[in-house]
Amino acid sequence: MILENIGLALQSLVANKMRALLTMLGIIIGIMSIIAIMIIGDALSATVSDELAMLGADNIMVGITERDPDNDEQDEFALMGSWSITGRRPTPEDLISDQMIEDMRHYFGEDILGIALSRTLANSVQVRDLELYANVHAIGANPDYFASGGGMMGMGNMILTDGRLIDNEDLAQNAMVAVVSDSLVARMFPDYVDPIGQQVRLFLHNSIEIYTIIGVYTIAQQSGFVQVGPPGHDNAPTNLYIPLTTASHGILHRDRWQSITIVAAPHRNVHDLTDEIQAFFDILYENNEFWRASSMNMASLLDTIAVMMSSISLAIAFIAGISLLVGGIGVMNIMLVSVTERTREIGTRKALGAKNYHIRFQFVIESLIVALCGGIIGMILGVVIGGLAANLFGVPLVISPGVIVGSMLFSMAIGVFFGIYPANRAAKLDPIEALRYE
Amino acid sequence: MLELTNIVKKYFIGEPNELTVLKGLNIKIAEGEFVAIVGQSGSGKSTLMNIMGALDRPTEGDYTLAGVEVAKMKDGQLSEIRNQKIGFVFQTFNLIPRTTALSNVALPLFYMGVSKRKRYKKAKELLKLVEMDDRMDHMPNELSGGQKQRVAIARSLINDPAIILADEPTGALDSKTGDLVMDIFTKINRQQKKTVIIITHNPELAQQTDRIITLSDGQIISDTPSPGGQSRENAGEASMHASRPDTAAEVCV
Ligand SMILES: Nc1ncnc2c1ncn2[C@@H]1O[C@H](COP(=O)(O)OP(=O)(O)OP(=O)(O)O)[C@@H](O)[C@H]1O
Ligand SMILES: [Mg+2]
Repeated sequence: MILENIGLALQSLVANKMRALLTMLGIIIGIMSIIAIMIIGDALSATVSDELAMLGADNIMVGITERDPDNDEQDEFALMGSWSITGRRPTPEDLISDQMIEDMRHYFGEDILGIALSRTLANSVQVRDLELYANVHAIGANPDYFASGGGMMGMGNMILTDGRLIDNEDLAQNAMVAVVSDSLVARMFPDYVDPIGQQVRLFLHNSIEIYTIIGVYTIAQQSGFVQVGPPGHDNAPTNLYIPLTTASHGILHRDRWQSITIVAAPHRNVHDLTDEIQAFFDILYENNEFWRASSMNMASLLDTIAVMMSSISLAIAFIAGISLLVGGIGVMNIMLVSVTERTREIGTRKALGAKNYHIRFQFVIESLIVALCGGIIGMILGVVIGGLAANLFGVPLVISPGVIVGSMLFSMAIGVFFGIYPANRAAKLDPIEALRYE
Repeated sequence: MLELTNIVKKYFIGEPNELTVLKGLNIKIAEGEFVAIVGQSGSGKSTLMNIMGALDRPTEGDYTLAGVEVAKMKDGQLSEIRNQKIGFVFQTFNLIPRTTALSNVALPLFYMGVSKRKRYKKAKELLKLVEMDDRMDHMPNELSGGQKQRVAIARSLINDPAIILADEPTGALDSKTGDLVMDIFTKINRQQKKTVIIITHNPELAQQTDRIITLSDGQIISDTPSPGGQSRENAGEASMHASRPDTAAEVCV
């Protein structure tokens, strides 16, 4: 009985292809959007989590943020964005000092594995040698910076492929040494000479500095989402690391920091330590009217991103929901038309002995099939869109069977829900009236 | 087999107006009879047939079909009666569109809950009977009117009904095709011993039956053995409500 009803429903779908397609449009769009956002959302959060975890799950970042007089809970994203909404800039006295860092190191002792410090010497400058050049961001870093995986906004999983990293001795000597990327080496030394010990000329805005290469790093399998510069573009600026002290040379307040990254010891819970560090800095900044130090860790950044993504998903899901509602009403409408068109058929069926439930069942099945077909088309389109988006972001396409099965069940539920009213109308038709219907 | 007693059917059109379409009919039809119901348009033939076919309930009166009291049954029970005891043939054929001839014929058994294999086996037999077995995979829109009606007759037989009711089965057909359809009804009646009741406006076709019941304005004005029909033992007994035989010819349209 079920099979034959399905067969009949499919027949009438095929007989009215255009009408069926238009009917299903709402459901197609709805299911398509839901599947697409789920696939994109899953892929992105998986990738973002991986990336951020690689950046250092044990890292705690402390940065200077402006006090919000209305809100004690500071927005953690202030750390990553502009310094001030009001246009106020922190004075050197407001920044984190070497003294504070030293005190903190004493206070927390074994709990802190290291403190990553970096100072940008110049963004988007060039290393040049006759006609050869490469774009770089010149960044001064201390040894802990590399241990932390490049600080909060660093390069992620950088891997040293040749030579060594910057050590404390380089810092002590203000050495003119640099750790450069493999892509810089490829651009500057096309003849495959050993880059270690080679010199590069860094063209700053009003001077040229010469550095000796001590190490080469590569960025392992970076995906598209958390990435510096566009992928595949071999002239994208890469980071060129020099000793922190060298980068700080000539800077007036070289003992002041806008942000620092603390690497938690493995035995400490990062969240707890973050709270303790926050408490530590809250005391130090107690009397600062405009500025405070905010601490955060990768885990909470992940949480924040998850919240952000789920609210985006929610918004799209809401639109998809409305589309599904419209789609459901469309199905109901077409089923009502179908019932009217087939009044005579219903009368005949009843004359031949069909009971009300037979008729009801027939139309509910038909409605379910219409909705399910819409759902399947929507699912296919959703997977295609999700796949394209995943491709665009450079993340792997993950399709969870739960999403597929769930959306199919959901579209069937829509079919049943919106099919019940027309089906009841059909079932309740008086056989004589129905047979006489012109 | 079938007994209608004091059947009254009223339609209520608006509060005060009631229209009495059938005015106390008494009809008794025995098993194996071949009956024609004739009468002017609007005389109540279809209304009567709807009641006999358990599609409708009389306003007053009793109706017994194959020993079952039908007049006061609920909708679901009426469905069962239609499904098991009655075979319908309609003027407009009423085949289910986009469904093969075979599936159309098998449909009543589907509602009876008979297995697919048995349904189709029986349907094929009946299509053979009406000489439509070579068209069983055709859709209704691929068949001519006469062919459709033959399929419809096969369908009306599939549940092995107590009575076959046909409301102007030849009304939409040309006279030659109509004769052909009429022959099938005669064959069913003679060979299968089925009770067949047809409504017709065609006096010639009515002559081919055994008994002619004439309605006028909701009343039986004559109920006589058909002059052209094959004489039967029970015809006289079944026609006990017959009015004067001499009026039959003049009322017959
Ligand atoms: N649902 C209804 N409501 C009101 N009046 C009705 C209804 N159905 C039928 N009638 C009336 O009942 C009367 C008998 O109708 P019926 O269809 O039985 O006639 P008939 O003898 O079959 O006529 P025809 O030969 O034209 O088919 C007609 O006057 C018709 O208008
Ligand atoms: Mg009629």
